[in-house]
Amino acid sequence: MTTAIAVPTTSVGPVKALAHGMVLAGRNLRKTLKSPEQLLDVTIMPLIMLLMFVYLFGGAIGGGDRDAYLQMLLPGMMAQTILFATLGTGVGLCTDITKGVFDRFRSMPIARSAPLFGAVLGDVIRYVASSSILLVFGLILGFDITTDPASAVLAVAMTVAFGLCLCWISAWVGMLVKSPQAVPGVMVAFIMPLGFASNVFVQTNTLPDWLKAFADIQPVSLLAEVNRGLLTGGPVGGPLLGTLAWMAGFVAVFYPLAMVTYRRRMR
Amino acid sequence: MSNAIEAEGLVKRYGETTALDGVDLTVPAGKILGVLGPNGAGKTTAVRILATLLRPDAGTARVGGYDVLRDPVAVRGLIGLTGQYASVDEDLSGRDNLVLIGRLLDMSKADARTRGAELLARFDLSEAADRPVKTYSGGMRRRLDLAASLVGRPRVLYLDEPTTGLDPHSRNEVWDIVRRLADEGVTVLLTTQYLEEADQLADRITVFDHGRVVADGTPGELKRKISGQTLQVRPTNRDDIEIVAKILLDLTGAQPSRDVDSGVLNTPVDDTMLVSAVIKRLDEAGVGVDELGLRLASLDEVFLAITGSKEGARA
Ligand SMILES: Nc1ncnc2c1ncn2[C@@H]1O[C@H](COP(=O)(O)OP(=O)(O)O)[C@@H](O)[C@H]1O
Ligand SMILES: [Mg+2]
Repeated sequence: MTTAIAVPTTSVGPVKALAHGMVLAGRNLRKTLKSPEQLLDVTIMPLIMLLMFVYLFGGAIGGGDRDAYLQMLLPGMMAQTILFATLGTGVGLCTDITKGVFDRFRSMPIARSAPLFGAVLGDVIRYVASSSILLVFGLILGFDITTDPASAVLAVAMTVAFGLCLCWISAWVGMLVKSPQAVPGVMVAFIMPLGFASNVFVQTNTLPDWLKAFADIQPVSLLAEVNRGLLTGGPVGGPLLGTLAWMAGFVAVFYPLAMVTYRRRMR
Repeated sequence: MSNAIEAEGLVKRYGETTALDGVDLTVPAGKILGVLGPNGAGKTTAVRILATLLRPDAGTARVGGYDVLRDPVAVRGLIGLTGQYASVDEDLSGRDNLVLIGRLLDMSKADARTRGAELLARFDLSEAADRPVKTYSGGMRRRLDLAASLVGRPRVLYLDEPTTGLDPHSRNEVWDIVRRLADEGVTVLLTTQYLEEADQLADRITVFDHGRVVADGTPGELKRKISGQTLQVRPTNRDDIEIVAKILLDLTGAQPSRDVDSGVLNTPVDDTMLVSAVIKRLDEAGVGVDELGLRLASLDEVFLAITGSKEGARA
């Protein structure tokens, strides 16, 4: 059959899809800026954790040297905090799709994936805010950047990029559950082990062998190592490769899962 | 004249519930179709299928010649949707909502702002334009919702119960907007639970009940079919009720219904001349009445007349 027939538009091209995603990301940014109290959970909570660990447990864990403990803790807490911040992506997405405004978007000639992308990209500001506020607060408590400002900026950028890859898990969970309130309950099973069975709060050689084996190779520990290297000196290359591999893995597995679940739910 | 919307045999099930049970719909280009039906009749389900938001289990639908399943993007390029529940962003201002939609429709920033301002002015929202939508009244929200579905100048517009929950003033405003759009040649599919609304706006009415089309025609045809009016009589003396009932039976050929509590007799009439005959007979019989008048059939009575069961009008 070679009959020429007009091919109807059945899909939206990738360039347009990206443009629509950016417009929707802009919507989320605008909403965050209009009600900055939404940022409290990703800023105040980590600060309280930081204070708690430095002044309450720091003496015991760090063998009496609080300053040295802060030097080890803060870069790791940046990784731990971003992990918790990804929770908001799933909650926000689940809230959005249960509202009428998502129906309007879907009845318009835009890429099906654009609202999903928009939500994820729009969270960048939350990630940037949480990592930089934590870093600045650390500096006030006496944290010392022994490298240079450019490396510090790189550490924040790396942390945000990590969050953007990890948040697809949260996005997927947000698509799976019926109500936004259910997202944290599911995510805790994943966030707690990664956040605490890590080298963020303690040296892993204080852990039992099996736990140490896990804590040494899991992504939060690796990012913590990268941040330590970038902020206080030390090897960056090895942990960086490991972190990037994890990031790629998260996107490769959870981005398609989130997408498929989204499409199914939206039908 | 070509049809803007054509649907055949639409079926949609949710588990045990059959929301649509083989629905056919046709709307000629530039006309207003009123889809009338009680709560749960399947109106929203039909709209969502025609707006490419929902996949039917069976049946086909074309909008502007494009199949909703095969060419959904082309269909989305033609339609505007105002859903049953507000589909505007509560946290953003009215202006931001409209600009956002313009941007998603690939307008430049400047064009999106111009179009937004134009619609805000047209829907009398200029003053509230920069306030968050959550501060808007119900009527303002509806108008913004309508404005939002018009940003892209759709050729086909779906309005799902656009006036439910509005006060009479706001309802009249929405009606005026719909009439103006129809004058501009937009095809409108409007769902409603009110016969009066369908009667006021629609060129044709399709009546849904339990996922099926139970009647279809112009408002005039439907009203004739359901003998649009009801004669109400309340004798002064309750003891006269049997005499009045007999007179009504004689003249209409049907047993009137009685409301024992209020002592009112109701009977459908298709010939309003009957009223004078009733008055004459009551006079001859020496029966005094407190109340005697015609009123329009209620939706309950419409469904009773069409489906022969009261069950349809649970709403
Ligand atoms: N998502 C859903 N899940 C289960 N049942 C549904 C769903 N949507 C609609 N229904 C059912 O389908 C029927 C038709 O609903 P709907 O189309 O919303 O009617 P209407 O808009 O006329 O009130 C109702 O019985 C309703 O309960
Ligand atoms: Mg409905």
